[in-house]
Amino acid sequence: MGPAGLGTGGPLLANHHMSNYQLSHLKQLEAESVYILREVAAQFERPALLFSGGKDSIVMVRLAQKAFHPAKLPFPLLHVDTGHNFPETIEFRDRLAESIGARLVVRMVQDSIDKGRAVEEKGPNASRNMLQTVTLLDAIEEFQLDAALGGARRDEEKARAKERIFSHRDEFGQWDPKNQRPELWNLFNGRKGYGEHFRVFPLSNWTEMDVWQYIALENLDIPNIYFSHDREVFQRNGAWLATSDFLQPQPGETPENLRVRFRTVGDMTCTGAVLSEAADLSDIIREVAAARQTERGTRADDKRSETAMEDRKKQGYF
Amino acid sequence: MSEYLDMDLLRFTTAGSVDDGKSTLIGRLLFDSKAIFEDQLEAVERSSQQRGDGYVNLALLTDGLRAEREQGITIDVAYRYFATPKRKFIIADTPGHTQYTRNMVTGASTANLAIILVDARNGVVEQTCRHAFIASLLRIQHLVVCINKMDLVDYKQEVFEKIVADFKDFASRLEVPDIRFIPISALHGDNVVDTSVNMPWFKGGSVLYNLETVYIANDYNHIDARFPVQWVIRPQTDEHHDFRGFAGRISGGVFKPGDEVVVLPSGFNSRIKAIHTFEGEVEEAFSPMSVAMTLEDQIDISRGDMIVKANNPPRVTQDLEIMTCWFSEKPLNPGGKYIVRHTTRECKCVVKEVRYKVDINTLHKKEDDRQIGMNDVGRLVLRVSQPLLADSYRRNRQTGSVILVDEFTNATVAAGMII
Repeated sequence: MGPAGLGTGGPLLANHHMSNYQLSHLKQLEAESVYILREVAAQFERPALLFSGGKDSIVMVRLAQKAFHPAKLPFPLLHVDTGHNFPETIEFRDRLAESIGARLVVRMVQDSIDKGRAVEEKGPNASRNMLQTVTLLDAIEEFQLDAALGGARRDEEKARAKERIFSHRDEFGQWDPKNQRPELWNLFNGRKGYGEHFRVFPLSNWTEMDVWQYIALENLDIPNIYFSHDREVFQRNGAWLATSDFLQPQPGETPENLRVRFRTVGDMTCTGAVLSEAADLSDIIREVAAARQTERGTRADDKRSETAMEDRKKQGYF
Repeated sequence: MSEYLDMDLLRFTTAGSVDDGKSTLIGRLLFDSKAIFEDQLEAVERSSQQRGDGYVNLALLTDGLRAEREQGITIDVAYRYFATPKRKFIIADTPGHTQYTRNMVTGASTANLAIILVDARNGVVEQTCRHAFIASLLRIQHLVVCINKMDLVDYKQEVFEKIVADFKDFASRLEVPDIRFIPISALHGDNVVDTSVNMPWFKGGSVLYNLETVYIANDYNHIDARFPVQWVIRPQTDEHHDFRGFAGRISGGVFKPGDEVVVLPSGFNSRIKAIHTFEGEVEEAFSPMSVAMTLEDQIDISRGDMIVKANNPPRVTQDLEIMTCWFSEKPLNPGGKYIVRHTTRECKCVVKEVRYKVDINTLHKKEDDRQIGMNDVGRLVLRVSQPLLADSYRRNRQTGSVILVDEFTNATVAAGMII
């Protein structure tokens, strides 16, 4: 089948598996993720699925539907909203939660700032990325969550490449990368002490390409900012950033109207666009296959230092 | 698109001593398959320069943690991903230092294949034997021994043949059905992706060719039907009022609607009514599919129970003998109690006896030394508090494996393979 058949291939291809008791790589990844999601439901009392409206969390929701079908998800969706998200993403988030009958809980970084729990960064590169950790940990405490399901993948970033699927957090929400529990076969050890919790990453073994192929295979709806569109952007530190209420070009930075799309969807202040003509899923898959930059290459939050992600994760970041 | 869907998945682990060129080999596989991106490479170049490495240190691609970069060593298993049009690959890259046996065991536990690197100048050394032994202990079916740095021995066939002979001599004591040998130069790319022009005498294909073509469909057990129940799906809606679906992942064999099954440990018989997935009912389910089953009869079934075929049950036992690899800095406490996790079941156990410790370099059983500390391998007798539904690890990796957990710290202290 040619790329033209991509978008409509869902139902037919969904039942596809190879003969002789073999599963395609996507079906193997799916089976593993469904297993992990069920382990979370079984091993924890109050899990939640961290949902951002981005492509990885959309795939997570589909996998959770598969894990518990025909029942509804046995846990709520939790969004930590920086208030600086793309409006398209927020709209998409609400629509998806409603369509599958899931409970959606939103906690705002703005509230943490108003309560004096977090302090806004200053300067032209100010971002609420770091502040999310405060709001997230507060939400975990508020709902006494003992497991938070995240869509992080090991191919995204080098610290994530070393993180366990069941990743322990101490009573302060901190990750101890040097003292992780060995993870063998499919035996996941979710035992913990009082006040501790786990972050669980069912997409650990997926790559960016797997996610896009799966979205095509399952015919999943995604926010339109992933597809090519016209937008006012300006260049800063080698990334194309979108002009918005939260981010304005500085003197010397020229806004331009360009044809762009986003490869990842995070906070508007730190998510860079890529110049792209990719208008549908098959275009995107072709673009990802040819890409010479990682998808987080456009994320200013990772560029703050060589071990930026590890340092944030130790503090309790996603 | 159709070629993407027909791709299958190979998980492999890599082991080698320090400076055997493991990072170079992985770096080259990733780079040539375009799994390394420009920004990653630039970041590595920048760091290498800052550190004064004097070359592009590809190890920095996988050594992601601050402590690793500071000390210049690999502490932990790093997972790397790449794909060719034929297969998707997951690499569990494990450090080769003596003290990190536990990481190798961890990486090997999910691998179909292991790559072991040997320096052509040094030949088979103690660490080579240890790596091969661990691969064999974890029942990896395919071993690819890469004799690296052939450029430094003038690509001589005699050097290669001598190492092959030495390795085979040692490997006769192992239980790995498929062992291949490939002479390579990771640095120059000989026999890594393309066949080497420097070694026309070698006809076994490149490393990548072997990774792409090794037949792994037989590695799963499709004979002994095993379905450990993970979770019971009860929608309690009008539409699905009486639906009780037993959710889990097939750990062996093939299940079909209508099959006569037994639920263990209760021993009740029933028949499979249907096998459900999100897409609808399916006609058969096999390992490693995740599905939900409904049965013809109302039977009390919960997490930790196992649905099996009537004519082929696993052992139902409270006494286990295991080969263990110990992970914890706190040594094994003979007579001590631990939590044991097996399939979806968790219970307590007591260590009744340490039978012997294995010298993992010589494979000798040491019956006079029964102190099991970190990174040691030994044979234990356990008594568990509830019956486990067990197969031997040799027969089935999923139903034949356990982990031991410390009751107080909740740390995973050991891996066990049921004998």
